[in-house]
Amino acid sequence: MSTATLQPVETEQEWRLPSRGVIAMTSLIIAESAIFTIFVVAYLYYIGRDVSGPTPKQVLELPIFNTVCLLSSSLFIVLAERAIEHGKMVAFRIWWLVTMALGIIFLYGTGAEWYKLIVKDHLTISTNLFGTTFYSLVGLHASHVIVGLLMMLVVAVFSLLGKVKPQHAERVKVLALYWHFVDAVWVVVFTVVYVVGR
Amino acid sequence: MGEGTFPIPHETGAGIAAAGGKGTYLEVIHSWIVTVDHKKLGIMYIVYALLFLVVAGVEALLMRIQLAAPNLTFLSPQTFNRMFTMHGTTMVFLVGMMILFGLGNYLIPLMIGARDMAFPRLNAFSFWMSALAGVFLYFSFIGGNGLAGTGTAPDVGWFAYAPLTERAFSPGHTIDYWTVSLLANGIGSIGTSINILATVFCMRCKGMTLLRMPLLAWLYATMSFLTLVTISPLTAAQAMLMIDRYLGGHFFDTQAGGSAILWAHFFWIFGHPEVYVLVLPVFGMVSEIIPVFSRKAIFGYPAMVAASVCIAFISLGVWAHHMFTIGMTSVGNAFFTLSTMLVSVPTGIKIFNWLATLWGGKIRFQSPMLFAIGFLFQFLIAGLTGIMLSVSAWDWQLHNSYFVVAHFHYVLVGGIVFMLFSALYYWYPKMTGRMMSEGLAKWHFWLMLSGFHMTFDLMHIPGLLGMPRWIYTYEANRGWGTLNMLVSIGGFIQGVAVLIFVYNMVRSYFKGAIAGPDPWDAWTLEWSTASPPPAYNFAVDPEVGSRRPLWDIKHPEDMDSAFE
Repeated sequence: MSTATLQPVETEQEWRLPSRGVIAMTSLIIAESAIFTIFVVAYLYYIGRDVSGPTPKQVLELPIFNTVCLLSSSLFIVLAERAIEHGKMVAFRIWWLVTMALGIIFLYGTGAEWYKLIVKDHLTISTNLFGTTFYSLVGLHASHVIVGLLMMLVVAVFSLLGKVKPQHAERVKVLALYWHFVDAVWVVVFTVVYVVGR
Repeated sequence: MGEGTFPIPHETGAGIAAAGGKGTYLEVIHSWIVTVDHKKLGIMYIVYALLFLVVAGVEALLMRIQLAAPNLTFLSPQTFNRMFTMHGTTMVFLVGMMILFGLGNYLIPLMIGARDMAFPRLNAFSFWMSALAGVFLYFSFIGGNGLAGTGTAPDVGWFAYAPLTERAFSPGHTIDYWTVSLLANGIGSIGTSINILATVFCMRCKGMTLLRMPLLAWLYATMSFLTLVTISPLTAAQAMLMIDRYLGGHFFDTQAGGSAILWAHFFWIFGHPEVYVLVLPVFGMVSEIIPVFSRKAIFGYPAMVAASVCIAFISLGVWAHHMFTIGMTSVGNAFFTLSTMLVSVPTGIKIFNWLATLWGGKIRFQSPMLFAIGFLFQFLIAGLTGIMLSVSAWDWQLHNSYFVVAHFHYVLVGGIVFMLFSALYYWYPKMTGRMMSEGLAKWHFWLMLSGFHMTFDLMHIPGLLGMPRWIYTYEANRGWGTLNMLVSIGGFIQGVAVLIFVYNMVRSYFKGAIAGPDPWDAWTLEWSTASPPPAYNFAVDPEVGSRRPLWDIKHPEDMDSAFE
């Protein structure tokens, strides 16, 4: 055992602890990752085990535009984080609203895709295994996008009322962490559902 | 560093007095319902869990009456199924998880010198979510057809293997109560785990570096991490089951290509680490209690921390040893046999460190120590039968027999429950300001010990003789009758022991000797404030210079901080 690292902290020295928000959000992300892992495993396990159609090959199309929108929103939220850190509140509002708009476009895209699948291809959650796993996994992700957008909406409303100040940069950062997670999960979902599974 | 004394607040329980001491009953109840104080929430967790410990204990005893002799008809087969399902689910989720979160809630902020948890309102939310789980689960007894046939209580075992849980095989609301209950409990557990991690990392008092934290805080942090990655898969699996039952999905619907084995995997990915979720905080309690009652600092602190974190990670890769008989490849069998055996390495390190702490110490055999010694001995045996069962060939023979039941009850009762009793004896004076009766505690200990060994030592034998789990009765010519009778009698002795404990707790609350702030001459921060601590915990934010801040104060000539 090495005790060299256990130097007593001098009283004068500043006692620094990590941010509660960041630790809590990281923990939540760990838990959420475990939930997504289980749904992804189920999706992968059930690929090609259907006893009836339709199959992913027949009905799924690559949602490229959607993906570009969602992934680029991560970039804009970083710009928003930088802006609030430097006290540029107008820039913050603009980047924040752009991020939200991109998230809403993504949701609209998912809605349009589901509409096509349900109405045109007659694929619902109870049609076959593909339907069950597809709507669960993509739906789980979409529900996270919705939660993220709702939280961002709260910030947006307060921001437009002028209540969000540069000292809230820390909280905005925590929310942005969640949004980055939602985007990162989409990379996995996209790969599994639209690349591997098709 | 740590030279000033910690002032002990004199207006003991000012917060409690203000909140309820003078108010009407309604005001008192209201103050507990709206509280966000970690101590009150902790006590509510503990009381709630003890209530369910008695309920689930009664369920166990009902089963033991039914099995005491061959061909009894005390319980119908269906009621028997409901009893073992409710017993298992209750003990794991409503007793184990809740009492551990309760003790953690109460102790962690006090031990790390904080005024509350990192997120007090999330804390209250998590408690009420977890509490809701108990309401959901037990409403099933009066849901549907009412109590006579024990309502529509779930009857599928605590692991609820698919496809038995699908609509086709479990119509009605049976499984819905179970799944909603576990979902609510899971949300509560994840919330509390997030809270514990944030508290441990972000709320420590000045000078409390990570390697100066009490081991209990370390173990709770490890347990919380493990909860995040194991309860979440269960939550996901419950969501899938609900999609199957409510939306007509096919996750576990074998008719449509779904897989029953996938449920088993998902359940045990949760189910096995869950054992470690329950046992890790208990390790923390042993690591606090053994040093104080041996009058020595814990032996090998960094090794203890490393071993705990190791156990958490290894435990994530052993789940399929619950599934040897489902049929896996020989590579799979070998992998899960070896990974399971690997757990015994860090666990062994911990056992040896506890023994080394005892070695040469000035041991005081008071009630917390008695139960801690019982824990050491019984947990060791539980680990040894665990190694036997980890060998897949041996497991094929004994899987789902009473040998397995005896093995895991050795862990859960002989290990965890014994240590929980120890912890309650140890921290009860801090929570209530009064000592528990040592005489009654001795009765409790010796009755519990003899009852425990009578039940669970002997229970291994019918298992070896081939008695399977979950059977509601057996033929007289099997030769299991005498053993089962003795096992049942042992169960009732434990029941009497628990009643003595409950009586002791209630009686001591009113008549126990006044404890004072530090009745055990201990060394961690919770003993530096009044018993019970005021709402704000510490009059002045403490500052520490070593792992044993109170030792430093009591022994300025021989301070730990001088050696760090």
